Parts: sequence; structure tokens; C-alpha cells
Amino acid sequence: MPKLTIDGIEIEVEPGTSILQACEQLGIEIPRFCYHERLSVPANCRMCLVEMERAPKPVASCAMPCGDGMVVRTNSETVLKARKGVMEFLLINHPLDCPICDQGGECDLQDQAMAYGFDRGRYGENKRAVKDKYMGPVIKTIMTRCIHCTRCIRFINEVAGVPDVGAVYRGEHMEITTFVEKAIGSELSGNLADVCPVGALTHKPYAFTARPWELRKTETIDVLDAVGSNIRVDARGAEVMRVLPRVNDDINEEWLNDKSRYSYDGLKRQRLDRPYIRQNGKLVPASWAEAFTAVAARLKGLSGNRIAAISGDLVDVEAQFALKELLSRLGSTNLDCRQDGARFDTSVRAGYLFNSGIAGIEKADVILLVGTNPRWEGTLVNARIRKRYLAGGVTIASIGEQRDLTYPYSVIGSGPDTLQQLVDGSHPFAETLRAAKNPMIIVGMGAFQRADGLAVQAAARLVGEAYGMFRDDWNGFNVLHTAAARVGGIEAGFLPGEGGRDIHGILDGASKGEIDFVYLLGADEIDMAKLGNAFVVYQGHHGDAGAHRADVILPGAAYTEKNAVYVNTEGRPQLARLAVFPPGEAREDWKIVRALSEVLGTTLPFDTHGQLRQRLMAANPIFGAVGEMTPASWAPFGAQGPVGAAPFVTPITNFYMTDPISRASVTMANCTEALVGPAQERTGTHG
Amino acid sequence: MSAPASDHGHAEPTSFTFTQENLELAKRIIAKYPEGKQASACMPLLDVAQRQNGGWLPRVAMDAVADLLGMPRIRVYEVATFYTMYNKTPVGRHHVQVCTTTPCWLRGSDEIVHTCKKKLGIEVGETTADGQFTLGEVECSGACVNAPVVQIGDDYYEDVGPEHMERILDALARGETPKPGSQIGRQSSEPVGGPTTLKAFTTAQADATTAQADD
Repeated sequence: MPKLTIDGIEIEVEPGTSILQACEQLGIEIPRFCYHERLSVPANCRMCLVEMERAPKPVASCAMPCGDGMVVRTNSETVLKARKGVMEFLLINHPLDCPICDQGGECDLQDQAMAYGFDRGRYGENKRAVKDKYMGPVIKTIMTRCIHCTRCIRFINEVAGVPDVGAVYRGEHMEITTFVEKAIGSELSGNLADVCPVGALTHKPYAFTARPWELRKTETIDVLDAVGSNIRVDARGAEVMRVLPRVNDDINEEWLNDKSRYSYDGLKRQRLDRPYIRQNGKLVPASWAEAFTAVAARLKGLSGNRIAAISGDLVDVEAQFALKELLSRLGSTNLDCRQDGARFDTSVRAGYLFNSGIAGIEKADVILLVGTNPRWEGTLVNARIRKRYLAGGVTIASIGEQRDLTYPYSVIGSGPDTLQQLVDGSHPFAETLRAAKNPMIIVGMGAFQRADGLAVQAAARLVGEAYGMFRDDWNGFNVLHTAAARVGGIEAGFLPGEGGRDIHGILDGASKGEIDFVYLLGADEIDMAKLGNAFVVYQGHHGDAGAHRADVILPGAAYTEKNAVYVNTEGRPQLARLAVFPPGEAREDWKIVRALSEVLGTTLPFDTHGQLRQRLMAANPIFGAVGEMTPASWAPFGAQGPVGAAPFVTPITNFYMTDPISRASVTMANCTEALVGPAQERTGTHG
Repeated sequence: MSAPASDHGHAEPTSFTFTQENLELAKRIIAKYPEGKQASACMPLLDVAQRQNGGWLPRVAMDAVADLLGMPRIRVYEVATFYTMYNKTPVGRHHVQVCTTTPCWLRGSDEIVHTCKKKLGIEVGETTADGQFTLGEVECSGACVNAPVVQIGDDYYEDVGPEHMERILDALARGETPKPGSQIGRQSSEPVGGPTTLKAFTTAQADATTAQADD
């Protein structure tokens, strides 16, 4: 381990640590533009120069590995002079347009110019001007501001794995561009604006809308997929102005997918801001009292087995738990949180969780994807698999469709019969699995959304058991959910009870007239035609499919408007926090259920969020461990049986529109048009 | 000097395929590199493509190279735009590249450029109306000892004076190929007036050179 002296302080570091990293360990701040801790090191901005003894000139600390006996100075006259020189050169061609730049106030160049910039420019020549480039519907470019740090190129090549951005021409004429004037075909493109240290790449939907210092920042979590990315919601007044990722190395590192980042404009459109009652076939505005009375009138005298509830993809745990309590008081066990119709065994936790954790992907050496397109179902899970691929020594295979996942993999089959062959060892890939140290299987909803889902689950378990995926120190059985509400709903017990109907039973019953009352808790992805003549209550925040069918609409809160628990696909409960208040008369969802219970004369036993959380923790202790993964113990799950021959089909057909929020978003519509539309035309599925 | 990234308004072809002969050549070039390192063949392949396409590289040709080598297209585009020897816009049949870097400039490259402009009636960076000549200024061609240097196609014309330049351009216009190399009869880069040292050993050769120059 090299031992060196930095600014008179001795430090011993891991071999391979750069001087810059060693300085960070000591809390010494080194200015930098091109260096980014999650990207490769090009050392081209030269801002991190430090003085090193016995070196003839200042060295770039980001690219200089620590050596034994080095003596480094970061605050000498020479260093300051060198950095000032670098800064002056960087500013030669940089426009002084900070007042109209969206990066202003959170710009690395602006900040560092405060420390190293001269008070006036000495450059009397013409500055260069660069034509702006088109980079798709979410990235705005002002290329004259670019300082050529190449972070964007490295991000898109390394992390996103979509080599669409590059540097063309040379020297003074160098320009960052896409090939050529084409939208960046990555679901992670929003991160380009984050890594950009200046205002060259900014967020198109956020352009000229707000200044960072006037925003109220709320640390919360994302619910548009089941990954549970940590985000920061920046709001001004009652409006969400932007969404940014927060660092969480276990989940999203510091990235965020475009849907989670840019669909916030959907939060302002199509909102349900007051209750409605259907009268003579038309929805008319009503008061809360009228709406509750209408619901109570319909429920009066209805026996429990004629009542059902379905919860949707964006619903928090509290609301599902409260509604489940209410339904059990009404004598109903017909409830399901799997509105997508997925069939899987929920009796054993390990059977429906991403057991290894997302960070656990980095330990796997063989990864088998089953019926999933992780790039669309869990973009940051896919980014993690790509990170694992880049580290080398991993074999990735898929049973399902051939897609571009940004890393090479082999398709070894298309349907559950391949799983069977792996169980009995007759498939050639069995050899690879057998030789693996930490084999991993990732099962997507495409494998469960079929009649033989339970058998597929059992087959996947048998594959896991046959190849040592379950050990004390390793659990490689992973289920990748697509909905943020799903695991929370299962953990809260929003599932068919004793003799209760599941989602298929409910829809079947409703269309046959055996179910008279259906409570849709934010459920929009079901076939509304199957609800038949049932009385439908829709509680949710967007006027989507569910609200169109509803007889009574109870306006709820979106994920940015409530304090609530969500559980991600790993089984990790996380807190969403209120960033803005729900619009109009809309209320937090658990409160609506609680208020309704009072009108129904069976008041639920909690009056505050705290009391509800206490009950939740009593019902299932995992909700107490916020931010933690509670390991799931192993027991047989699934139902062994015959499996169909039909190939797995991934459930998401358009990444940018999967839920009521993203469907209401203009930005997501633009993304669909620019990125999904043409692709669909190319494959011929679009007519 | 690299060209700025601007659109010159020329017509880009819509397709490009290597001729059978060039495809064979490309395969031979690729075979020089280890398995998995085909991208190393990018530059020679771009050269093959440029030669096939009359001295310039349309975007479709870069794409063809990228696809042949299994590289992202932007990577090839980066290479092609980095090097000035790849022409991104059409050039005339004779690409006259006058070196104007310091040694050549000291030896009178300004006059050479001037002669070319006058003779061809075009400015630097332009192509004659008949598509015969494109005039370009380039940075150091690496033949400073015989400055000034003009590169036309694959040939170097060295020790070029204005009168030589006119002769060369006339010959090219007539469809002839003027003799490349030193225009004042130097064999290589020996002193202009003949050897100044080791004369005893080189007199015979120097005489021969003089005789040749007189031809």
C-alpha cells in the first residue's frame, strides 16, 4: 500500500488510488471538470493539476496513481498559477452568458471560476461559435458553452452503452455531436445533462423555467418502475419543476431513467382534483360527502363476495393496507394487487423478490434472463448488468425475445420448455450454469403473465436449486417487477384471501355479474370492458382508463404529493415524501379510505399516518426497516406442473408510457414519437 | 488545418458498397490485426473507400466501413473528421495540396499558392468548374528539407518554384503525369549546389545527378 504525503499530511491508500482520490479521502477539494468517479479517466481538462516533488511540472492528479513516498502539494503558488492558467484557457471560448444559462447557479465552471478565474478577460480575439446539435427530445444543447470534457461521450459509451455521441474534428474545431443529428437512443440520456459540468447539455423540458436557488428540494423516491430509484423533487410553489437522481449505490448509483426524470409534466395534466359521480351516464362534479354517500348507498346490503378491489401500479403501501382492512370489514376477500394478471406464488417472500439486490448483480458470474427485457422493465437494473459486463468475466443469456440490451448476450430459448431442459440438464447452457460460482436468474413479468405462471415460477426455482443459486452467502433468484406498488401490495397482503378471487376471478366475476362492486385503487391497466355492469369506484390521481369507466371518482394524491411507503423489487421499503400538496380537493389515499370507512359505519382504527404505520409494522415487520433489505428465507414456491410452449413476451411495448402519469406527459409523448415510433415502424408491427 | 463542421451543400450519395476487388483488399487488411481488434483497420479501410469514391468520403462510405468492422458509426465518423487527409466533401481529379507550414513558407510557398490561384482561377478550398483541380493548403507534409512541397494525389513535388508549379499544372491539365520529386534535380536532400563534404566519395554520383537534371 503506497504511503504518500499530501499537503504535509501522511496517508496510506489502496494501490491504484489516484492522487485526486487520496485528496478526497483527506477532505482536500480538487477542482475538476472531466474527472467523474463513475466514468473512465481521460485527464483532458487539466483543472486538477497539483504539484509533485521531483516532477518537472504540475501533474493531473486524477490520472496520477499514488506512489510510495510521493510528496504532493495542492495549495502552493505553482498549483494556483497553473489552475488559473487552465481556467483562463477554458474561458477563452466559453460565452459569458451565465445570466441566460440554465446551468447558472449549479455550474461547475461558474463555481470554479470564482476560485480560479481572473477578474477580467485578456483575450481580445473572436470567440469561436459552435452550431447546436440535436440530441433528442430531452436534451437541449448550447454547444458554444462546451469545454470538451467528454463526460457525455464517456457516459453514453460506458454506462448507457449506446455509442451515439462522439467528438468530431480536432483541436480548436472539435465538436461534440450525435451521429448525425439523431436522437440519442438511450433510456438514460437525461443523465448527460447531469454529468455535463457546464451548460452545454441541459434538460429540454426544464429550459428557462426555474433557477436552482428558488426551488424547494424534497428527497424522495421514484415510483414509475419497480427499481425504486432515489430522487430529489424540485418544486416551486405547487408545481414540480424537475426531478433529479440522488446517490444510492445499492439501487440507482447516481443515474435516473428518462421516464422517471421527465414525466413530471404529466403530474400537471389530466388530474382528478375533485370527486365525481356518474349521473345519467355522465360524470358530474360532486362533494366528498356526496361521493362517499353514493358509494355507501351502493354497498348497502351487498354481501362480501360480491365486492372486489384491484390496486394499481403507483399505489403506496398505506393505501393498499387501509383498503385491504376495509374490505375485510366488508367481508370481502376478493382483492389483488397484480392488475397485470401475473400469476406467481406469494406465499414465500424469496419467490417474488430481487433477492440478490441490484448491487448483487456485480457479484454474479452467470446471468440468466427469463422473460424479461430489463432495459425497459428496470432500466437501472440493466445499467447494473452492463456495469457487470464491462467488469468482464460474465456470461449473460436470455430466454425470451432478442432485444438490444446494450451488452452482448445469447438467446438460449424462447419459452418455458427451455427452463425445463435446464432443470433436467439436457440444455447445452446447463454446463455454463454448473461451472458458475454465483449464478443468477432474473425472471421478468413476461414469464408470469401467462396461464402457466405458477409452473414457470416453480421451474425457475428448480433451475435455481439445480445450479446452486441458493446458498447461505448467495441468493441468485431474482424477480424483476415492473410496478412500484407490486411488492408493497404483496407485503401488505393486498392479495386474494381465503376463498377470494384473484384478478382473473374478479374480472371474470364482474363480466358474468357475480361481482357488483369493484374498487379500483389507481388501477388503469386492466381491460375495463370486463368490468361488466359492476359499480366501479376509482380512486386515483389521473383521468385515465379507470376514471373513464368509474361510477364514482375519488381524487387521490400522486407520489410527489404524499408521505408514503413504497417497496421496490428488492423488497426494500423506502419513503416517498410530500413535495407539493395534491391539487384541489384531492387527498392522500389512505385518508380517503379512512374517511370512507367512517361513512360506511366501520371506522378503521387509525386516525393519523403514524398510527397507520404502527399497524403496518405490526402486520409485517419489514415495513419498519426503511431503506433496508430484509433477507428472505428459502422454501419451495410455485406450483410444479405442465408449462405451455408459447414463447415469453415482454410486457412493456412502450417504455415511455407505462402508467397514468407518463401517459399524460408531453415529454414522454415526444420521446415515444422520436424513439419508439420509428423503431416500431422498422420492425413492421406498426402497420 | 481542419475544416470546420459546416455543411458545404454538396450532394451526398445515398449508398456505397465496396467493389469486389476492394472488399478483398479490405479483408486482407483486416486479417493483419488480431481477432477482435478489427477496429484497427479503420483508417486503411477509410483510405480504400476514399480512393474508390474518387478521392472523398461520403457519410455512407463511413457507415459501410463501420458496418464492415462492427464499430459504432460515430467512432468511424470521429476518425474520418479528425484526419484532414480524409476529404468529407468532393474534390477534383487532382487534389493540389500546397504545404504552407514555416519551412515551406520561408522557401516561398506563398508564391506557389499565388501561382495556383492565378493559374486555376480558384481560391484555396475551391474546385475548378471542370472538376479537374482542387486547391488546398496543408500543414507540414514532412518533406521540409526539400521545401516548398506540393502534394498532388499520391505524389510529392519538391523544391517547387512558381515556374515549376505552372509546368506541373499544365501537364496535369493535358492529362500527363509530371515527374514527381525534386523539381531542381536533387536526388534526395543533399545541398542544392552539390555536396559540401565527403566530396571525394560522391563526385561521381553528383556528376550523374547533374547530368540527369540537365536532361
